[in-house]
Amino acid sequence: MAELKLMKGNEAIAEAAIRCGCDGYFGYPITPQSEIMETLMARQPWDETGMVVLQAESEVASINMVYGGAACGKRAMTSSSSPGISLMQEGITYIAGSELPCLIVNVVRGGPGLGTIQPAQSDYFQAVKGGGHGDYKLIVLAPASVQEMYDFVDLAFELAFKYRNPAMILSDGVIGQMMEKVQIGDYKPRLTDEEVVKRYGSWATTGKPSTRERNIITSLDLDANSQELFNLKLLKKYAEIEKNEIRFEEISCTDAEYLLVAYGSSSRICQKTVDLAREKGIKVGLLRPITLYPYPYGAIQKLVPQLKGILAVEMSAGQMVEDVRLAVNGKVPVLHYGRMGGVIPTPNEVLKVLEDKLIKG
Amino acid sequence: MDVKDIIKEENLVYSKSKVLTDTIMHYCPGCTHGVVHKVIAEVIEELGIQDKTIGVSPVGCAVFAYNYLDIDWQEAAHGRAPALATAINRLYPDKYVFTYQGDGDLASIGTAEIIHACNRGENIVVIFINNGIYGMTGGQMAPTTLIDMPTSTTPYGRKVDLNGYPLKITDLVAQLPGTCFVTRHSAHTPAAVRKLKKAVTKAFQNTRRKKGVSFIEVVSTCNSGWKLSPVESNNWMVEHMFPYYPLGDMKDE
Amino acid sequence: MTEEIIIAGFGGQGVLSMGKILAYSGIMQDQEVSWMPSYGPEMRGGTANVTVILSDSRISSPIIQEFDTAIILNQQSMDKFEPMVKPGGLLIYDPNGITRHPVRKDIAIYQVEAAEEAARTKNPRTFNMIVLGAFLKVKPIVKLDNVIKGLEKSLPERHHNLIPVNKEAILKGMELAKKYS
Repeated sequence: MAELKLMKGNEAIAEAAIRCGCDGYFGYPITPQSEIMETLMARQPWDETGMVVLQAESEVASINMVYGGAACGKRAMTSSSSPGISLMQEGITYIAGSELPCLIVNVVRGGPGLGTIQPAQSDYFQAVKGGGHGDYKLIVLAPASVQEMYDFVDLAFELAFKYRNPAMILSDGVIGQMMEKVQIGDYKPRLTDEEVVKRYGSWATTGKPSTRERNIITSLDLDANSQELFNLKLLKKYAEIEKNEIRFEEISCTDAEYLLVAYGSSSRICQKTVDLAREKGIKVGLLRPITLYPYPYGAIQKLVPQLKGILAVEMSAGQMVEDVRLAVNGKVPVLHYGRMGGVIPTPNEVLKVLEDKLIKG
Repeated sequence: MDVKDIIKEENLVYSKSKVLTDTIMHYCPGCTHGVVHKVIAEVIEELGIQDKTIGVSPVGCAVFAYNYLDIDWQEAAHGRAPALATAINRLYPDKYVFTYQGDGDLASIGTAEIIHACNRGENIVVIFINNGIYGMTGGQMAPTTLIDMPTSTTPYGRKVDLNGYPLKITDLVAQLPGTCFVTRHSAHTPAAVRKLKKAVTKAFQNTRRKKGVSFIEVVSTCNSGWKLSPVESNNWMVEHMFPYYPLGDMKDE
Repeated sequence: MTEEIIIAGFGGQGVLSMGKILAYSGIMQDQEVSWMPSYGPEMRGGTANVTVILSDSRISSPIIQEFDTAIILNQQSMDKFEPMVKPGGLLIYDPNGITRHPVRKDIAIYQVEAAEEAARTKNPRTFNMIVLGAFLKVKPIVKLDNVIKGLEKSLPERHHNLIPVNKEAILKGMELAKKYS
């Protein structure tokens, strides 16, 4: 039954997984996202929907369990935080290379190395530019609220299955740990093998009936020419995704002379900066990419003619700003403002940079 | 007499399992893999579980196992087959799942995955090919390489002070309560192959009875890696491998 | 209306759950809410704090550096958060264990002897509800009915028998709120 609840972002991920018909979650504890598996284990969805929840021996095992489950045509997912996601990169590139749909949730913390458990956005490059080896892309969704944490679980699975491609929710410790009100949806039943075949085709390893050829899930092709053909096939798929799936939000952009670009929790902070700046008469807007891959280059380009400058705000040393610069292509100044190591920028801080560096500078 | 006169139903003494495909195997002449593939195919056919069996192939010479057995397959990253098999088993508790792994895959890079899959008592079959060497990458040292055995990365033989001891991983997993059947076999004589087939049959029957992990090590040869002829390889295996890796059941519950 | 609140004290004082009940109360009267805790090792026995925002409109940043209200339950939190109250804002604190009292002249300051009351009634777990009551007396941003509904939502069903005790504690807190400066 649908209802309104106060939930942590991490809890929302777990609840959404159960309700959207996820078949299996495989994970390993790491702060600040352990509530995802804890919530699932407390909810015991195997009794309710038949969903499997398993604590693996490592992140390496988790992601490979996701591979095994996804290769069965199941809605399989895992979650972790930065150091754990680094360990998963092997599995992620195999999943991308085998064209399997799955969901990986990264509740980002500061790095490099063991870093900190406090929130950061320093895994942007890893998420959108590759992470693992080889030419591949993840569909990357960046929730900015607990409601979006909830909603994007189903959305990520839908997109993942539509394109047979792994999807990632790139969140951070702020969104994971914060509680907000969430509109919880009705239960979507888990799909049967027959329904999966009907909707998405007959590629999964379910046991070979006499009526079809055997299904082989692999990313191996030792012949260079046929591997290149496969790479081209992937590129075609990515072009489709770029055409169809770009998502973003514009706040106060209509008359904006200055633009903030920020995703996830930084976008929440920047929303407040916009309010503060507007009170002072500064015409500033906020563009929030919701999909980080595919990135809303076009939306930024469209605003460029009316802009005097852009400030990209992220909790990193400056990663997403590179995509903003790609979009702008030198036509207006693009500055970066970021805090690192788990430090969260404040709305006033961002306002000061906007005024001192972008407007006056 | 023409060949056509010979190919007749009444003259049939052996036929290839229908679960084996017609693909020509890439294995070296004398390699054990082909024999073990054949045994698994025959067991799957005899148990009538072709439509319910999912194989997980490794990284190693058997990476292309999926070309030879006509069942659904998943190809795992190096060492991770037990993790894939875990998920398949959990999501399809009524199907038959087996991993097919070499010694580098199972006993080196995939040690954590095999130990924990065994410890959880996943309802799966593990076929473990131990030839004491990395075949596919060109004959490097494996965790199971014997002391003083030369390989391309131990050209003067494996030395304990440099490389540690040959790992008896089968003995290790036999300690775990999640395994129900742990046994060591070979496939170098018709009698050995018959015994192996009995063990593989029992392993899949254990899956049917949901008993946990059935783990079958097959002490094998790698005549290319060992740089011996197939016959010499078999003899070398009997003389050197069997004393360290003795054949027989370690556990059958 | 937007009310931005920091609640800060020691772990174990019920700081996070007070915030949660407040947030649920906001939901009960159709407001937007956010609840953002400090997290990590500092939660284990050290200081704990949570930022709670209730608003009639969409909440922008859940992380803020200035607060309409600071509810302060130990000295460290006093030192850290007194300067972060907006001019004209509210600071409410339990003087128990406080050695350096607040000094700001541009904000309203209230005390509530919650620890003493909780000890007197031998019911230490009602401490945070006494504090909440004092806050709601000074700033009635949520109706008592909605707080009770919030309690029902945030407590697991097996603890619903505790709701009357908590309600009493909230009412007691309302009585105990007293102006400090």
